[in-house]
Amino acid sequence: MVTIILFAPLIGALVAGFGWRFIGETAAQWITTGMLFLSALLSWVVFLGHDGGTTHIVLMRWIESGSLSTDWGIRLDRVTATMLIVVTTVSALVHLYSFGYMDKDPQWKEGESYKPRFFAYLSFFTFSMLMLVTSDNLVQMFFGWEGVGVASYLLIGFYYRKPSANAAAIKAFVVNRVGDFGFALGIFGLFYLTDSIKLDDVFAAAPELANTQLSFLWGEWNAANLIAVLLFIGAMGKSAQLFLHTWLPDAMEGPTPVSALIHAATMVTAGVFLVIRMSPLIEYAPEAKQFIVFVGASTAFFAATVGLVQNDIKRVIAYSTCSQLGYMFVAAGVGVYSVALFHLLTHAFFKAMLFLSAGSVINAMHHEQDMRNYGNLRKKIPYTFWAMMIGTLAITGVGIPLTTIGFAGFLSKDAVIESAFAGTAGGYGFWMLVIAAMFTSFYSWRLMFMTFYGRARGDKHTHDNAHESPLVMLVPLGVLALGAVFSGMIWYGSFFGDHNKVNAFFGIEAHVSSEETATDDTANTGHGSAAEAEDAVADTAGEHMAAAPVGAIYMGSENNVMDEAHKAPVWVKISPFIAMIIGFLFAYWFYIVNPALPKALAKHQRPMYLFLLNKWYFDEIYDYIFIRPAKAIGTFLWKRGDGKVIDGTLNGIAMGIIPFFTRLAGRMQTGYIFTYALATVIGITVLITWMTLTGGAQ
Amino acid sequence: MLQADLNIIAPEIILSVYAMLALIFAVYTKKDALAGLLIWTTAALFTGLAIWIGMSGSGENIAFDGMFVDDGFARFAKVVILLSAAAILLMGKDYMERRNMARFEYPLLVALSVVGMMVMVSAGDLMSLYMGLELQSLALYVVASMRRDSIKSTEAGLKYFVLGALSSGILLYGASLVYGYAGTTGFAGIVMAAGNGQVSLGMLFGLVFVISGLAFKVSAVPFHMWTPDVYEGAPSPITAFFATAPKVAAMGLFARVLFDAFGGVIGDWQQIIALLSVLSMFLGAIAAIGQTDIKRLMAYSSIAHMGFALMGLAAGTAFGVQALLIYMTIYVTMNIGTFAFIISMEKDGRPVTDIKSLSMLSKREPGKALAMLILLFSLAGVPPLVGFFGKFYVLRAAYDAGLAWLAIAGVIASVIGAFYYLRIVFYIYFGEETDALDKGKSPILWGFLMASAVIMLVGVVNLFGIETIAANAAATLVN
Repeated sequence: MVTIILFAPLIGALVAGFGWRFIGETAAQWITTGMLFLSALLSWVVFLGHDGGTTHIVLMRWIESGSLSTDWGIRLDRVTATMLIVVTTVSALVHLYSFGYMDKDPQWKEGESYKPRFFAYLSFFTFSMLMLVTSDNLVQMFFGWEGVGVASYLLIGFYYRKPSANAAAIKAFVVNRVGDFGFALGIFGLFYLTDSIKLDDVFAAAPELANTQLSFLWGEWNAANLIAVLLFIGAMGKSAQLFLHTWLPDAMEGPTPVSALIHAATMVTAGVFLVIRMSPLIEYAPEAKQFIVFVGASTAFFAATVGLVQNDIKRVIAYSTCSQLGYMFVAAGVGVYSVALFHLLTHAFFKAMLFLSAGSVINAMHHEQDMRNYGNLRKKIPYTFWAMMIGTLAITGVGIPLTTIGFAGFLSKDAVIESAFAGTAGGYGFWMLVIAAMFTSFYSWRLMFMTFYGRARGDKHTHDNAHESPLVMLVPLGVLALGAVFSGMIWYGSFFGDHNKVNAFFGIEAHVSSEETATDDTANTGHGSAAEAEDAVADTAGEHMAAAPVGAIYMGSENNVMDEAHKAPVWVKISPFIAMIIGFLFAYWFYIVNPALPKALAKHQRPMYLFLLNKWYFDEIYDYIFIRPAKAIGTFLWKRGDGKVIDGTLNGIAMGIIPFFTRLAGRMQTGYIFTYALATVIGITVLITWMTLTGGAQ
Repeated sequence: MLQADLNIIAPEIILSVYAMLALIFAVYTKKDALAGLLIWTTAALFTGLAIWIGMSGSGENIAFDGMFVDDGFARFAKVVILLSAAAILLMGKDYMERRNMARFEYPLLVALSVVGMMVMVSAGDLMSLYMGLELQSLALYVVASMRRDSIKSTEAGLKYFVLGALSSGILLYGASLVYGYAGTTGFAGIVMAAGNGQVSLGMLFGLVFVISGLAFKVSAVPFHMWTPDVYEGAPSPITAFFATAPKVAAMGLFARVLFDAFGGVIGDWQQIIALLSVLSMFLGAIAAIGQTDIKRLMAYSSIAHMGFALMGLAAGTAFGVQALLIYMTIYVTMNIGTFAFIISMEKDGRPVTDIKSLSMLSKREPGKALAMLILLFSLAGVPPLVGFFGKFYVLRAAYDAGLAWLAIAGVIASVIGAFYYLRIVFYIYFGEETDALDKGKSPILWGFLMASAVIMLVGVVNLFGIETIAANAAATLVN
């Protein structure tokens, strides 16, 4: 069944991509969409029927080279099953939505065919993403990782006549390369240390890695920490975390369904997925975990501040995505992987919904994306308004405090914040997330107010002709709305409930005593004598090499963050709710009560405003630090190195020296016999002389 | 005893008796009217002899007290010589007849020169060497000036004769020196006298002179000067003949003398051959760039190719000889196809040899243009065509023998050489439209061109098994 889930999108992509000329455009669209709905249906069957255990399905032998041997295999556990429903459901709905959104796209000329290509790319993306999440080894995961990168590149640059779209596509690809470099190094490192790339082998060796030193670049590092950080760098690239986030806002150049599918719900969460998947390794890398928390919290805060002042409707949501990904990383970083996955799940629903609603607005407004030209659209496009409203309620986290009743975002976000409090003892991570929650509420409501309330701004003609989107676009919104409302309440207990319930859900065995002692030994090695330490390491290795930890995720025996999060003080539990209320009130004051205020504030606090509007000047700084020197080096190597030296040498030889000799040879060929005879005689003389001097003399 | 000797040289005897009888018969009957028939019978006889020799048993047969050696190496070379000569005769028939050059002596002279070549590759003695060489050369001198009424053709013949005489003199002088110091003309005796690396200076001088004389026959630099003039002046079919069979024979003789007679002093002649090789490759490649006449261009091309073949010889190993044989076979095959094309180049019934006249041939005759493209790429040694494998074998032979510098030089020379082949391709496919050449009408030429091109493509699979045959042939020469 999983095989069908996996390959149905690939078949759809191949048939639509290469066969649409034979079967026609409409058939190509229906085949890809049909395949995706089949996948989605089976995914739900798999998810709901899953018992928490881990299953391995081997499809074929893939690589056999030296000690490197790996299968093309599927690892089916709770994490995979969750990702399956997220990916296939959103993808199927986005396929359906695209019927309406991509129809009569003004980017293309009359009669040009672009839809089969678009659908084929979407299906190909889905296949790659499924490859990534179902992989049971790191190389196959890397294959999917790169596959989604390619699909993302193709879809961001789908409007290839727009220079900005091409630039954005290249930017996304290049920035991701930076992250992939780290990921690849991490895989190399794991293979170097464990001689295997199978996840089970790697997990089994994780405790040993924690006691291994590895020299890398300029120093000696703890192997587990180093590799966890390298893998996290890969995750940072894919999930647009701070310093590698610059590509995500630009990726909004792609069509909106793409933004919803790839740059909100699925691909960008691949980084989070990677960290969750590698939890048995991450657990042994405390410094790396701190780094993850720091980066995640900073990203959540940074992206939320930038989102405050953006005017492009899609960019606001893009920064919001960036910020929410930061939340997920914080949860993973403090060791509550289930909550990270929980937020990933709920976020996929409400963020895809927000994007698709935004697409519906854009569609209604004739591809106008600037919110300053919106206003008072509530009556014009009521269904879209209500969808957007549900999405906003979900993302801002509306619910009844201290209960488990509320929108999806309320439950998952609060879970993240409580975990962050427990995990960082109320430190940096926690406060950044609470502030970010306030900002989230502000910019989400700002988006709502600017779009749907107030008076109509911008082109009057556009406003007059604003129309509700067709049914194929509204149905996906409705389905996602169900998820945005109920997914939190339904699965709260499974992801973040009682200790035993979560363990059962993820198929984790209760902490075995032997494992506990082993970990204790490991912890003691620092204090004990050298001999003891060696013994302990040997013991640990012996026990752990036997088998990888059971379960989809792994939490170390001393990792009680989740239990402590439940015991967090009341003020912590209601803090996100208060932050949400504050944000809402500010937005209401700024955009409903006194619409002139934002402008005045921007004028008054101009440097601050520009700093935020220009996204903390990240692009400019990168341009100065990386791009210009790289360009300078490139220009130097191109003009001087390639142009002058290489081409110059070759041209000199080919156009100067060789023709000279050609002319010389031509001149020697006089046509007179005596010249020829002379050449013969000279030749013999030279040969004889040489023979006498070298060979003959000895 | 004599009976056994005669059995061994039966193919040569049959061919020479045929030539003489046919000559007398034609003189007393219809003379030139018989030319067409004689071309056919001669070609048929060549083919029949080639099959016979190819099928005849293995092993080494020595006749006339070692003056004549019939071994695997000789048989390989003879088959190539006979088949290529037959092909060239058929290719030129139409051309010669239409230009009133189809004299009955032509096929018979070719037959006699082929007898000479067969003796050359089987020579086991300086005397039989010289006899075969002269028989071959004298016939070629006459053939070169076949067009008695053409100044160019007679000039070509005369130049060839005078310079050939000079080279014969040099060769004879070398032979006499060798005889003087070795006390025998038999290769078996010479190798005894020059064995174990101990060799007198006089003997070495003799060796250098012999090498120089032979280098003239394979047109290696600096003894190549006659080649462009003779190639250009002689009628195209005869040029085609010059470029194929005699080259194989001369290379075969070269290898036989060096290994059979001087196999003990490889270190001494290796450097000379390497020098000739590198000079030929570079001069052939560089001088060809300036040519506008396709026949002159092919002359320089053959000089460069001989340089590559000599590289195999310079290796001084059995593998080197194998590479040499493979290279020569491929070279001959490519040249047959290329000359089939050149012979068909004509405008208003007159032969044309200017490269520019090929402009935009691809539009008028796409099939021929494509075949020529394949052949030219193969000549340039572009992978994966067969021509590449020829070069690959000699380069590897040179490298394995420790002559890495020679192999590198060969690669550089082949890069330079690629230019002028590609220039023809450029004219064929992208040149400016000029007066169109006549459409070739001869199915024979078309057939040879296409067959040659197809061989260049299909041969990449296993080179038609020539590799093992050449390896066995080389093993009989180098012990």
